[in-house]
Amino acid sequence: MPNISRDEVAHLARLARLAVTDEELDLFAGQLDAILEAVAAVGDVATDDIPPTSHAVPLTNVFRADEVRPGLGQQQALAGAPFPEEGRFRVPRILGEEA
Amino acid sequence: MSQTSSPEPANTDLTRLAAAELAELVHSRQVSAVEVTQAHLDRIAEVDPAVHAFLHTDAENALATARQVDQDLAAGQAPASPLAGVPVAVKDVLTTEGTPTTCGSRMLEGWLPPYDSTVVRRLRAAGLVILGKTNMDEFAMGSSTENSAFGPTRNPWDLDRIPGGSGGGSSAALAAFEAPLAIGTDTGGSIRQPGAVTGTVGVKPTYGGVSRYGLVAFSSSLDQAGPCARTVLDAALLHEVIGGHDPLDSTSIDQPVPPVVAAVREGATGDLRGVRVGVVTQLSGEGYQPGVLRSFHAAVDTLRELGAEVVEVSCPSFQYALSAYYLIAPSECSSNLARFDAMRYGLRVGDDGNRSAEEVMSLTREAGFGPEVKRRIMLGTYALSSGYYDAYYGSAQKVRTLIKRDFDAAFENVDVLVSPTTPTTAFRLGERVNDPMAMYLADLCTIPANLAGNAALSVPSGLSDEDGLPVGLQVMAPVMQDHRMYRVAAAYEVARNAAEGGPQIQRVPQADWSAHNRAQSEVAV
Repeated sequence: MPNISRDEVAHLARLARLAVTDEELDLFAGQLDAILEAVAAVGDVATDDIPPTSHAVPLTNVFRADEVRPGLGQQQALAGAPFPEEGRFRVPRILGEEA
Repeated sequence: MSQTSSPEPANTDLTRLAAAELAELVHSRQVSAVEVTQAHLDRIAEVDPAVHAFLHTDAENALATARQVDQDLAAGQAPASPLAGVPVAVKDVLTTEGTPTTCGSRMLEGWLPPYDSTVVRRLRAAGLVILGKTNMDEFAMGSSTENSAFGPTRNPWDLDRIPGGSGGGSSAALAAFEAPLAIGTDTGGSIRQPGAVTGTVGVKPTYGGVSRYGLVAFSSSLDQAGPCARTVLDAALLHEVIGGHDPLDSTSIDQPVPPVVAAVREGATGDLRGVRVGVVTQLSGEGYQPGVLRSFHAAVDTLRELGAEVVEVSCPSFQYALSAYYLIAPSECSSNLARFDAMRYGLRVGDDGNRSAEEVMSLTREAGFGPEVKRRIMLGTYALSSGYYDAYYGSAQKVRTLIKRDFDAAFENVDVLVSPTTPTTAFRLGERVNDPMAMYLADLCTIPANLAGNAALSVPSGLSDEDGLPVGLQVMAPVMQDHRMYRVAAAYEVARNAAEGGPQIQRVPQADWSAHNRAQSEVAV
């Protein structure tokens, strides 16, 4: 199934929010293709009758008591922010001309 | 174990002692925790320019912790734990409040976490002295530490070779006697493989056995923190400090820590009668370095001589483990690393007031992530995308089921499984950086235990006869039966030390590392 094209890699990079360069597209296209070809072997044994395992330790509905606990204060929460402003996270615009 | 007699503090290099020995000296007040800490800080200053095991050291806080331990002991208080006053190095993927935590990535350069991970909190509560943060492949993705954005770590056995990865910094720090204990994390072998190639002990506890709270996530269903040490006993002592249920981690197992220290004491008697050991057929043979296989077969002979019953066990699905892993781990990584969006913390690039959040995000991630991280994010994005999901991620999850079944069937007949930890000894820096699949093969033997969630460790099994480099024996145990593998490893360690006249790690070549550093500083790595 592999044979991943340069265009497909560009599409993946867009989905993953990675502004990759042209050189990276060439490099990654070849490498992703080689990796996918190697790992496609999982299809050889994954028959319909086998249930999937998503987690090694199957635990469901792990709850803790709903109690008030100390959390981060505003200053702590903003301490690592790239550009805090007036006690808030300043972020670039999320709406734009791009229809 | 070698701590049968107390060493002479006056003429002993403190950095050469095991953690248990140091603890004994500190707790009996023959040596102060401050002296022990200073000796390790001095050693780091001497050799780390060449080894580069640390990304950050914190002498001031380390000495303050040590002084507190000394004061408490002087005031007649009992030690906070069996390891109180002993230094430890922490992989830079675990958050430390107010101390940089980079995950080996430009994305988090200079970030000061606002909270401690549970592992770090437990280390502090137990009176351990945190020396600093160790180097690693970026976001724990790699098998050589060459993917660190801050330059590779070098293997103390041969500075031109890799120390393993992703936790190469933690294991190299042990082998270079910069720290007696370290914390690692193991997603596909990142504790055990570095342990094997540096001749140190590395333990991946049962998944859920040690809290993941504050462990920066790479692949959440596989990531597991664990102890790194130079002796099996030291690893067990550290395991009991960091292990146990944590309500802050919903995947933490709500059961007592397996009795690993007691198991080491039992194993140290050198008697393995009644223990059934399974040799995994699929984890040896073609593709393995001959010297590694000879070391492995000799180790199996030793286990037999100690009284263990050895049988061969077939786990046919293991041959698909690597493929399943390199679909599951990247898939989870592509989701986990979406958190690095340049908005709330970490790097932000290209925010010129005109660009949109999405553009800033893409530019930041392009600038902040290295090639291996980008590769895995895209691989995971592909494996999870509609149209490919069933063939890739879905099939990988089915293989995971098959691997669990193989383990379950094997453990019906044996107590532990053994294999070489790695197919080869440490390879040369640069040898595999341009060939991702070749790099991935380093984790061939370690991955099955991550996929199934059971416990596994690597214990030194001598030097490969063709290159003189360390080889590791992997011992695997069922879920929450970690003590079984500790018992076997401890018995094996005693037998090897007796046969060789002392621990192998004490024979690390003591080259003129500072001279090497001067030579290397001319060469861009």
